[in-house]
Amino acid sequence: MKEGDIGPLSPRREFLKRGLQAAAALAATGGMGAWLWNRHPPGDLSTEKAFDPRKDFAMGIEGPRMSIAAGQDRAVMLRTALKALGGIERFIKRGDRVLIKVNAAFATPAALAATSHPALVAEIVRLCRTAGASSVVVTDNPINDPASCFELTGIGQAVRQSGGDLFLPYAGAFRKGSLPGAKLIRNWPVMQEPFKGVTKLIGVAPVKNHQRAGASMTLKNWYGLLGGRRNQFHQDIDGIITELAALVRPTFVILDGTQSMMTNGPTGGSLADLKDTHALVVSTDPVAADAFGCTLLGKTVHDLPYLIRAGELGLGAVDYESLRPIRVEARAS
Amino acid sequence: MRITTARRIAQGFFFALFVWLCVVSAVGTGWSQWRGWPIRWFLQLDPLVALGTVLTTHSLYPALGWALGIVALTLLFGRVFCGWLCPFGALHQFTGWLARLRQRPKQRMQSNEYHPAQTLKYYLLAALLAAAVSPLGGRALASLQTGLLDPIPLVHRSVNLAVLSLLGAGSAGDRFYTGAGLIGLLFLGFVLLNLVVPRFYCRFLCPLGALLGVLGRFAPWGISVAKAECTECRLCDRDCEGACRPSGPFRASECLMCMNCMDDCPTKHSVGYAPRPSPAGEIPLPEISRRGFLASVALGLTAAPLTRLGGATARNWPAGLIRPPGAVSEEEFLARCVKCCECVRVCPTNAIQPAGFEFGWEALLTPAMNYRIGTSGCQLDCIACGHACPTGAIRPLSLEEKRGGGSAGDLPIRLGLASVDRGRCLPWATGRPCIVCEETCPVSPKAITVDEIDQQRADGTSVRLQRPVVDPSRCIGCGVCEHECPLSGMRGIRVVADNESRQSEHSVLLRHEN
Repeated sequence: MKEGDIGPLSPRREFLKRGLQAAAALAATGGMGAWLWNRHPPGDLSTEKAFDPRKDFAMGIEGPRMSIAAGQDRAVMLRTALKALGGIERFIKRGDRVLIKVNAAFATPAALAATSHPALVAEIVRLCRTAGASSVVVTDNPINDPASCFELTGIGQAVRQSGGDLFLPYAGAFRKGSLPGAKLIRNWPVMQEPFKGVTKLIGVAPVKNHQRAGASMTLKNWYGLLGGRRNQFHQDIDGIITELAALVRPTFVILDGTQSMMTNGPTGGSLADLKDTHALVVSTDPVAADAFGCTLLGKTVHDLPYLIRAGELGLGAVDYESLRPIRVEARAS
Repeated sequence: MRITTARRIAQGFFFALFVWLCVVSAVGTGWSQWRGWPIRWFLQLDPLVALGTVLTTHSLYPALGWALGIVALTLLFGRVFCGWLCPFGALHQFTGWLARLRQRPKQRMQSNEYHPAQTLKYYLLAALLAAAVSPLGGRALASLQTGLLDPIPLVHRSVNLAVLSLLGAGSAGDRFYTGAGLIGLLFLGFVLLNLVVPRFYCRFLCPLGALLGVLGRFAPWGISVAKAECTECRLCDRDCEGACRPSGPFRASECLMCMNCMDDCPTKHSVGYAPRPSPAGEIPLPEISRRGFLASVALGLTAAPLTRLGGATARNWPAGLIRPPGAVSEEEFLARCVKCCECVRVCPTNAIQPAGFEFGWEALLTPAMNYRIGTSGCQLDCIACGHACPTGAIRPLSLEEKRGGGSAGDLPIRLGLASVDRGRCLPWATGRPCIVCEETCPVSPKAITVDEIDQQRADGTSVRLQRPVVDPSRCIGCGVCEHECPLSGMRGIRVVADNESRQSEHSVLLRHEN
């Protein structure tokens, strides 16, 4: 309004108008106050609902469940081992959406065998594609910087060239959940985003010495599905790996013992840490795969308390021979 | 009785009440202590505290319901709060009056002229409220910074931490406050600015006044100059506290309801308080520019997200920032704390301190524990701070919740975790017996235990040493050990915020230990 302008209304009507406006504002304030009254008491910022983070992709199929291929060429060994179990088609059907959890923990070259070998990753991606999988996504939440890990290990290039996609984790890709009955995985961020729409899950892990856990193989590999400050679980490493065995039930796992990291694990860093052990396992039971794997490291299952505990909980067969693994020679043809 | 006399009595009463509530803000049951005094009442009345926290938390903390009363008062009668209740306003008015006792009417009239810069406070209000809104929705990126300029928190922290401390009033005599110099000098500066322009703070800076000015938009009653009897002497403008120009055009949003104009009118009739717009002309809303308003909002909206890029609420969280017991998680804390420093004032051990810039801009003047400056660490059986907090940034804990182990078998509230610096700790580093920390650890069983060894010394003698070790599952981060450590420079045992129970992602303990 400009100077001297008091509006078109008479003083009485102006008073009534303002009075009504003030009353309306008053009512609105009171209403808002009542509506907002302690709606979020202090300490109640998170509104996330409880969430079951379990990933169960076990198929429960009859027939052979574990094969061990001996050889040197990882791709050939994988094909041979799978063929012994009835071929990839037994697990991956046309239209399946496959997620492959590799071990890409460190940004180190493939030759140091601290990570899943790119040739092996490329072959499993290719096989899934050939079997008709509509999408094949490879992921891990590694220890070193994710992008660096996937590039420097060669896994990134291998995935791209064989028709798969990479999923690099970010904060929003995890969701807090509690594993039923768990002591450790409670209200904890677990990778969720890349699991959307997934129908099959494959784990691919090398055989490695691990200072804290004794050995890092297919079960320890699920650590890479955890987010948050997960390194605090090293205070109870056997507890967390046992819980991971309950958290994740894969379609099958591939344990690569072509070379095994015998010392200085899990990072290694020298070819001197590696030993040719010439074995590659495909198994629907990760506990059985790891139970075999520890023999490659010169250990027994009794050196790995988490294996014993997982066996006691019925999460797999510690006595892997009970699965009657099919042993095959894999020669390059 | 003249209306201005009534106003002066009200101002005097509320100012005295405010000072009294500050003086008694000390834990205790003595006549000059907290007892049951409503020490945070002025903060509870403050609509800017209420609106700010409503914007950040989408919730009205019950203690702030009082503010609805001031909103109602303002909607009907304008800025009565500024002219009659506000203790900071009373101080400004008194100082301004004192400075102009010997001035001629003409000079007084000049100093009470409206100045276009009075719109500054509306831009400040817009920026501060915009910062309180999370630009992406939700509540995560909302930063409550109104307390920097909101006069009620400002006058509380200034009087409590600076003025009373300087005067050595009550229990405030032997207390130290980091930043008291800055707080006090700013306060003094704002008061002295009344020598330049009366009610400088109220006219140019006060975001609460701006909010009330806008809220009074529809007030049906107001100052009104009737033209019929008016001699146009303009004496009504002479002592106008708000510089709102009653003689017209009357700037309603600037009027502080001081009523001096009614008193000064020689006709005694033409200036009145009437249920109508002033016949001498009225400008009901501040003349702020759309451009300036949008720029202020843009600044406010981007300030918090930009600051958060520093990572202080994420991976780069400051380990030295130990919040008082019952403090909510950091993002919510920054959405609730109005920097009034009531917790700082009531803390009986003087361990709660107003943060400077060491924990980032956002945390400026928010409470943080300092285990060196006071008379002890956080006392095991004290829950004063949460009960002094007007906004729930520090929850009002029960003793049972703070101590844990009650019927629910819960763990105690942990503020952080003590760790022994083995390079400084006397037994660890120098082979001299000590374990004061173990002795003073207040939890039972103790969080600090000792390893015993027989150590050979260089001179061939042997000493039986007890070396302190901290158990993180028992340590509550109270800082008593740090306070008592005989290494008074840099302590041999120190607390950081690791393992604080308010943020589960800072936990050192495993889930089932929590």
